[in-house]
Amino acid sequence: MPEPGSNRMPETGAFFQRDRTWHPPVLTPGYKTSVLRSPQKALLAFDNTASELTGPVFGHAMLGELDNDLIHNFARPGESAIGERIIVYGKVLDERGKGVSGALLEFWQANSGGRYRHKKDGYLAPLDPNFGGCGRTITGEDGGYAFRTVKPGPYPWPNGPNDWRPSHIHFSIFGHAFAQRLITQMYFEGDPLIWHCPIVRGIRDKAAIETLVAALDMQATIPMDARAYKFDIVLRGRRASLFENRPEGN
Amino acid sequence: MAQSLDRLKESPSQTAGPYVHIGLTPNFCGIGGVYPADLGASMVNDKTQGERIGLEIRVLDGTGTPLRDALIEIWQADANGLYNSPAELRGAADPDFLGWGRCPSDMETGLCSFQTIKPGRVPFRDGRLMAPHVSLWIVARGINIGLHTRLYFSDEAKANAEDPILARIEQRIRVPTLIAERKGGSYIFDVHLQGEKETVFFDS
Repeated sequence: MPEPGSNRMPETGAFFQRDRTWHPPVLTPGYKTSVLRSPQKALLAFDNTASELTGPVFGHAMLGELDNDLIHNFARPGESAIGERIIVYGKVLDERGKGVSGALLEFWQANSGGRYRHKKDGYLAPLDPNFGGCGRTITGEDGGYAFRTVKPGPYPWPNGPNDWRPSHIHFSIFGHAFAQRLITQMYFEGDPLIWHCPIVRGIRDKAAIETLVAALDMQATIPMDARAYKFDIVLRGRRASLFENRPEGN
Repeated sequence: MAQSLDRLKESPSQTAGPYVHIGLTPNFCGIGGVYPADLGASMVNDKTQGERIGLEIRVLDGTGTPLRDALIEIWQADANGLYNSPAELRGAADPDFLGWGRCPSDMETGLCSFQTIKPGRVPFRDGRLMAPHVSLWIVARGINIGLHTRLYFSDEAKANAEDPILARIEQRIRVPTLIAERKGGSYIFDVHLQGEKETVFFDS
């Protein structure tokens, strides 16, 4: 329900169809785990119902002071994570180019040596006692966000005999509706490993891959502190509800 | 050349990977002290209206092996069929029920357990009522784009029979893949990623 007295009616139009040729297909044999985890039958398509058009709201009140600072949110008092200090910033937009306000962004990553704080990760590189690897924020009115972290290291992974993940940060994005739910990964401009990675190469269109590569932005760096990378994220756009086909009285 | 429509493309999905817990349920994987609790871990409180139910969900791969590194999010209406969302224009939902939950698979058994309430019926686009259902979104290592499906309830046979989404499933033999079996106060639901019993997944 909109706030009483509010003149900002929420949008309720159905979302644009997902372009599944732009996303990676479910089956990408070069990424071996997808072979047994990819549905093989056709998806059941239907225009959004209320169940897909709605979504929960996460308020700024839930955020802790250091949630958007991975350099410090797991560190001992007075200490900080080891690695190249960076700012990641950008906007969450929809396919119409509109900023998505109030979107919950959650991110996770390996430490600067390429090691995750997770019992399933046995890579040789050491854990950093001051780095947990998770953070979150909520976009402002214009869809803008920013957080501080260290640049994650690349790491080897068991797929082919010698596959390496490029440096990357995982992003989970919660927009205004269940239909917009998305998880993706951000890569770093200039990383040669991007083009070798079987997970990245599951995306068929080079232009689509390039939308996941954050650009170094020297103008947004903080001198003598941190470099900056700009990463915009696009969620599904929606039709105007003005011309929606509705029965009388609804 | 015609004018440009000035549209952007949705960011391509990438797998959540094996370490999704670090980002979405850090307390579950031993990263304590960053967030007070994992988001979506608890869905009901003493004041929430509706019948308390459990959902016991597993995700099985093409060999029938349960995934032990999946993560499921659910989204549902309250007991009166209202969503707790600004886009819900039909009325105010139960303030003690967000309707959203998140649960990682148990690292041994693969089970995702939600404690929630039975949702009410929500109207379809044309005003007909849909059967009570819970929307599911499933991510994991090896899943390149989050999978969307629904859980319906075995003890709602009459409502299920008139549900407009279930009615769209051409091969009727596949309808039961979306229906959870009641067992005591819980519903058991296996999501099959492949094979004869492959769950009906949605594009919506």
